[in-house]
Amino acid sequence: MIKFLIKGLIRDKSRSRIPLIVVSLGVMLTVLLHAYLKGFMGDTIETNARFSTGHVKVMTKAYSENSDQKPNDLALLNASAIRDQLGKQFPQLDWAERIEFGGLIDVPDSNGETRSQGPAFGIGLDLLTQGTRESERLNLVKSLVRGNMPKKQGEILISDEFAKKLRINPGDRITFIGSTMNNSMTIYNLTLSGTISFGNEILDRGAIITDLQDARNALDMQDATSEILGFFRDGFYNNKSALSIAATFSSTYKSNNDDFAPVMLTLSQQGSMGQYVKMSDYWANYIALVFIIAMSLVLWNAGLLGGLRRYGEFGVRLAMGEEKGHVFRTLIYESILIGIAGSVAGTLAGLFFAWLIQKYGIDISGMMKGSTLMMPSVIRAQITPSDYYLGFIPGLVSTVVGTMLSGTGIYRRQTARLFRELEA
Amino acid sequence: MDNSPIIEIEKLVKKFPMGRGEFTALNGIDLRFKQGEFAGLIGPSGSGKTTLLNIIGSLDVPSSGTAVVMGRTIENLTARESAKLRKESLGFIFQSYNLLAVHTVYENVEFPLLLLNYTASERKKMVSDALEWVGLTEKIKSKPPQLSGGECQRVAIARAMVKRPSLVLADEPTANLDTANSHNILKTMETLNRELKTTFLFATHDDKVISYLRRKIFLLDGKVDKEEITSN
Ligand SMILES: Nc1ncnc2c1ncn2[C@@H]1O[C@H](COP(=O)(O)OP(=O)(O)OP(=O)(O)O)[C@@H](O)[C@H]1O
Ligand SMILES: [Mg+2]
Repeated sequence: MIKFLIKGLIRDKSRSRIPLIVVSLGVMLTVLLHAYLKGFMGDTIETNARFSTGHVKVMTKAYSENSDQKPNDLALLNASAIRDQLGKQFPQLDWAERIEFGGLIDVPDSNGETRSQGPAFGIGLDLLTQGTRESERLNLVKSLVRGNMPKKQGEILISDEFAKKLRINPGDRITFIGSTMNNSMTIYNLTLSGTISFGNEILDRGAIITDLQDARNALDMQDATSEILGFFRDGFYNNKSALSIAATFSSTYKSNNDDFAPVMLTLSQQGSMGQYVKMSDYWANYIALVFIIAMSLVLWNAGLLGGLRRYGEFGVRLAMGEEKGHVFRTLIYESILIGIAGSVAGTLAGLFFAWLIQKYGIDISGMMKGSTLMMPSVIRAQITPSDYYLGFIPGLVSTVVGTMLSGTGIYRRQTARLFRELEA
Repeated sequence: MDNSPIIEIEKLVKKFPMGRGEFTALNGIDLRFKQGEFAGLIGPSGSGKTTLLNIIGSLDVPSSGTAVVMGRTIENLTARESAKLRKESLGFIFQSYNLLAVHTVYENVEFPLLLLNYTASERKKMVSDALEWVGLTEKIKSKPPQLSGGECQRVAIARAMVKRPSLVLADEPTANLDTANSHNILKTMETLNRELKTTFLFATHDDKVISYLRRKIFLLDGKVDKEEITSN
């Protein structure tokens, strides 16, 4: 009997080929869309991680509670000791100190009078130490518009837009005016080495990038740091590992209730990123659901057409003494076979195209103008393990549901009527 | 066994819903058939031949009255019991052959045996016997679209006969056949009737079929109009 049915399935093209194509296409789109969104959201998460949140971030407890205001008077002291300790305890992460600060950039003319001025948002990070990955992390070299990367202490980068507003060029001298971590005023002279474009509105409006040591000198923060960011050495953010690392860390320091004790927050525990991380997980389910419904409808219709054609066959089989339930069940088994075959084919095709997008990326920099979120300018798909099985959910469920819906005709119609429809 | 009737029909009425009212297709039929008969329901279109055949074949149920086929009361059978009756004891031949187009002649004829628990070697023997009866041993691997109408109907006869049912119901089996082919398959069925004692019940208005029948039951407007018995 099984052989008989499989022969029929393979030989009858409208029974196998059309549903197979529909299922493969739907599964392919599901996998592709999932990997694409995962990549897009992953890249967005990664961009935020690199510029501000890290995969995990260590701050003082007090700083973390007011982190919006960048309160450097609450900065971590003994930063290098803490960083070394973190490196030993969590070698799977790369640790980097960062100082974030605000202030005023003042451009003097030849007489020392103010020629132009503007508020700036600064990031101090390690640009000069041998082997630092910070400039690569922020993609600074590729973002250079004019000039060069800082090569020695006292050189800074400014967003190109900001530099134009201040009417300065690489090589010009500027003055930073701000307050030290002890809340006294500081004036610090720097040289512009180059300008960069971040592709993000907030940063492009007024960001400056200095070497960590310059920030320390300017803000009187010797061996202090606003934050120590941790990045997984193997690339992408992993919420589970991040949370467990943060838990381990806080259990090490839990006895210390001091405001200046270090605390560790994961990316998902900072601002709105948590929601975004969650969303990037739920999205997969929504896509699968939409495809299940859409494909079920298509297959229901295909099944109805195929079923009408097959009522004659069902009628004959019933007349031969096959039970209705058995006819219906074999129909479902057929659909399971088709569902599996289509899901395999669709998953392979989807993974292939996702892999192409993962490798080559799609440039969306044109569409991202004016965005206030930190978004990547090239979207790459990201293939995750769930892409290997995700497509089977719409592939199988919708084939079976579609078949069930159309197959109920076997029950609704009187056996004698099944022939009548054939003879007409 | 031989003397007890294979089909017993009493006061059989079949009504179909039609618009707001009902249409009476069969209006009080009383009939009995014995094992081994070669009988036919004859009548103009719409006289109720197919309807009666469907009820005897347990594909449909009476509105009132009773139909007992091989000791089983059609109107009381569950879906499973009526499937069992068809599977074990009934063979159907349709006007439009109703062969499975993607399956070979062999597979079409084998199908009824797949529903019964025969071994592969038993099936093989039975299928080749049945194809021999209808003279189609050469076309075993052909598929229905490659066969002529006459050949298709012979496959359908082999399919109905392969399990050696007690009763074969044939609804207009010659309607799509030319004269030569009609005589051909009627002779085949007559031979099978004599050799295997299979009861044949036809529904027809074809004179060629009527000339072979040993018992003719004339239906008119859902009633038995008259009967003729030819002994030969
Ligand atoms: N399912 C049904 N619903 C409504 N009316 C039906 C149904 N089946 C049959 N009829 C009606 O019952 C009557 C008898 O139909 P039946 O098919 O038994 O005729 P028949 O003698 O086989 O005719 P033909 O020689 O054309 O095949 C017809 O008028 C037909 O329209
Ligand atoms: Mg009829």
